[in-house]
Amino acid sequence: MSLTRRNALALGSAAIAVTLLPLRAFAASEKTMEAIKAFAGDAVVTDGTFDLTTPEIAENGNTVPVQFSAPGAKRVMLLADENPTPGVGTFTFGELADPSASIRMRLAGTQNVIAVAEMADGSFVQVAKAVKVTIGGCGG
Amino acid sequence: MAKARVKAPKTAAAGELVTIKTLVNHPMESGQRKDKEGKVIPRKIINAFTATFGGEVVVTTAFEPAISTNPYFQFSFTVPATGDLVMKWTDDDGSMIEQTKTITVA
Repeated sequence: MSLTRRNALALGSAAIAVTLLPLRAFAASEKTMEAIKAFAGDAVVTDGTFDLTTPEIAENGNTVPVQFSAPGAKRVMLLADENPTPGVGTFTFGELADPSASIRMRLAGTQNVIAVAEMADGSFVQVAKAVKVTIGGCGG
Repeated sequence: MAKARVKAPKTAAAGELVTIKTLVNHPMESGQRKDKEGKVIPRKIINAFTATFGGEVVVTTAFEPAISTNPYFQFSFTVPATGDLVMKWTDDDGSMIEQTKTITVA
């Protein structure tokens, strides 16, 4: 294929389309990234191994039981990646507390539930679990 | 009016890890829903919870609209000695719900 003006234009627009596509797929979790940034600041968030218990399939997105246990954590933030607002709750543990909690949350649809924990040494770790939701729990 | 129910042990051994279960009757209106006329129902949730034991903070939380109706919250802590567990929930309208449970170390 010789590089004529027409071919160059076609190539250019294809390239633009390719670069736009992943951006659009990522836009849903942009809010989540912002929320994590607000929580962790500029610290690097690595993948952790603490317990985040969610149902694999939630029939009713209005009450999804979620539980976490993050030994050594000072603060934990829970996020629902694709809810209209990703924030679910932030938990700050005092010295007496066991850094675990159990709540019931709303999920708008099938998505990832993310827990970000700030450890006592100031590092940040995150754990994500996918939850399939049959009936969403937002709007109406 | 919102009402809180708390399940806590009455007695514990010193240094025992106890689990507290709390449930508040509250609509937790997310601010996302619309009424029949299509108007957005204003947000009204419990946005914060604090628990202190003997004056020391056990856990503080910030809740977002993604917390379900009748918010359930369970936490655990170590009981150092006999004391009062004071729990406070803060509503969007500024009102507070308060509950105190005494845990006796035998």
